[in-house]
Amino acid sequence: MTKTLNLITEYAGKIKPDSIEEYVSVGGFEALKIAMGKSPIESIEEIKKSKLQGRGGAAYPTGVKWEQAYQIQKNPKYIICNADEGEPGTFKDKVILDHLPLMLIEGMTIAAYILNSPKGFIYIRGEYPESQKIVARAIKAAKERGFLGSDILGTKFSFDIEIISGAGAYVCGENSALVESTEGNSGRPRMKPPFIKNHGYMGMPTLVNNVETFAYVPYILKEGGEKFASYGTEFSGGTKLVCLSGNLVNKGVFEVPFGITLRELIYDIGGGIPDGRKLKFVQLGGSSGPCIPEEMLDTKLCYKELKSKGLTLGSGAILVVDDSNCAVDFLKCVTEFFYHESCGKCTPCREGNKQLLALVNKFANGNATENDLQIIKKVGYIMKNAAFCGLGETAPTAHLSLIKYFEDEFVEHINKKCRANVCNFGGVEND
Amino acid sequence: MVNQEIKEKIMGIIEKYQREKEKLVMILLEVQKLTDRNYIDMEWAKLIAEELKIPYTKVYDVITFYSMFSIKPRGKYVIEICKSAPCHVNKSKDVVKEFEEILNIKMGETTPDNLFTLQYTSCIGACDVAPAIKIGEKVYGNLNKEKIQQIVMDYRNNSI
Repeated sequence: MTKTLNLITEYAGKIKPDSIEEYVSVGGFEALKIAMGKSPIESIEEIKKSKLQGRGGAAYPTGVKWEQAYQIQKNPKYIICNADEGEPGTFKDKVILDHLPLMLIEGMTIAAYILNSPKGFIYIRGEYPESQKIVARAIKAAKERGFLGSDILGTKFSFDIEIISGAGAYVCGENSALVESTEGNSGRPRMKPPFIKNHGYMGMPTLVNNVETFAYVPYILKEGGEKFASYGTEFSGGTKLVCLSGNLVNKGVFEVPFGITLRELIYDIGGGIPDGRKLKFVQLGGSSGPCIPEEMLDTKLCYKELKSKGLTLGSGAILVVDDSNCAVDFLKCVTEFFYHESCGKCTPCREGNKQLLALVNKFANGNATENDLQIIKKVGYIMKNAAFCGLGETAPTAHLSLIKYFEDEFVEHINKKCRANVCNFGGVEND
Repeated sequence: MVNQEIKEKIMGIIEKYQREKEKLVMILLEVQKLTDRNYIDMEWAKLIAEELKIPYTKVYDVITFYSMFSIKPRGKYVIEICKSAPCHVNKSKDVVKEFEEILNIKMGETTPDNLFTLQYTSCIGACDVAPAIKIGEKVYGNLNKEKIQQIVMDYRNNSI
């Protein structure tokens, strides 16, 4: 029995990404017409009923976010699509950008109609140059056929979309850093409040949503919020694009209903671990997510259930790590990532990541002490509570979870033993 | 002094973006591609600052903030090896070793003929074909020794 669904991915790869004819032939732009025949409040109610939550990682209810944006009395309002997809192990927005950009454009145009916004941006990371070209062609095609630009569908409503390229900075996925970068600045997060919804691009109200979030909107308006919600759990509506990566037989992006378990995802859809290896742990939600042991795989994909176990789904990255890997060596890789990506604005993140890297290196090089484990926990606790933005707050998540579930391996490294035989204890300490 | 040919090209890019300060990042991305050396010369950065009427320090800040920019000349082909966790568990360390051996340079270095530069990149969204690398706009995945040798040979023979 297949466990995947295709509410939004049905035509991915089956229609030309920039062909209006092909997109319309499979029901494209019908939702835009429906939205333009409704009042903004009616459309927002439909999205609220769908229980759609932001798919970028923060999982904020989309209907509520749009309602707040609608109520703000300041114009013009801008729409920004966050296509920065920098979380390691996440490559689901790329599927929409490359195969279904018109669905994204339709979702953004519906948001623009609701908010009466004249202008939107799709901020696509610099690492996706091909995707930028595909989306640009789709925008051009939509404009030529009157689905975008001036007087959309013969009405007085006009909305234009521009592509903005990133240039390599993970922190730009944070919404205020994204706005800074869209304005041509270095992408350092802003002090909040004022929030982006009130004071975003050029100081004007700005709605920022993830690619996947916008892509669900046409389905919801066409089929109804209740139908969408019915695919998920009581608390998490609809489907989610998950990215299976790591030591797995079937890696890739899959659309699955909420309520599916991690075990089903990994073994039934992902095909399990190759080469007769055993699963060691799973990192959920990308490098900023927790690493959990095999015993927790019966957890269901549901924002509420995950939260009750101290977990998050994040962007939908599910990285499977087998027993050929060392927990300490893996953690070193994750720490190097955050050390490199910290923007340097706040001390807990800038210095915390530096200290974490030095500490993890001590374990990897076999010269750590028992006390170093306590120091990692302490530094992690400070970062989690005192960092300026989500990057610094989540950077120690892997550390705290790996120490919680795999403390034995850390202790072994104190005694210069690496059970996966990955760490080279002749190495020079690098801090 | 900025050479006249480069200056005209930079001016063309600035005009294309209608001298908008907000387009600084996109202007820099295009300027970086102007030569075979994949970098932004500080003299060019000064020219851009003057033309957009923004402080030179701001242009410098932006160039050094984003990892896709380089102020040092690099090779014609920048080989970016993904060092994020999904590629790491698919043994990207072996990929690094293989490239270092074939090109006879270390990570971060450029070959003496200025053809290749080896550097790390954060996740490039090719986790389904990990371990993966990126050269210019092209992504290569499911790498092994044979594939890596073929890739280097193809670029050396200019058959890409």
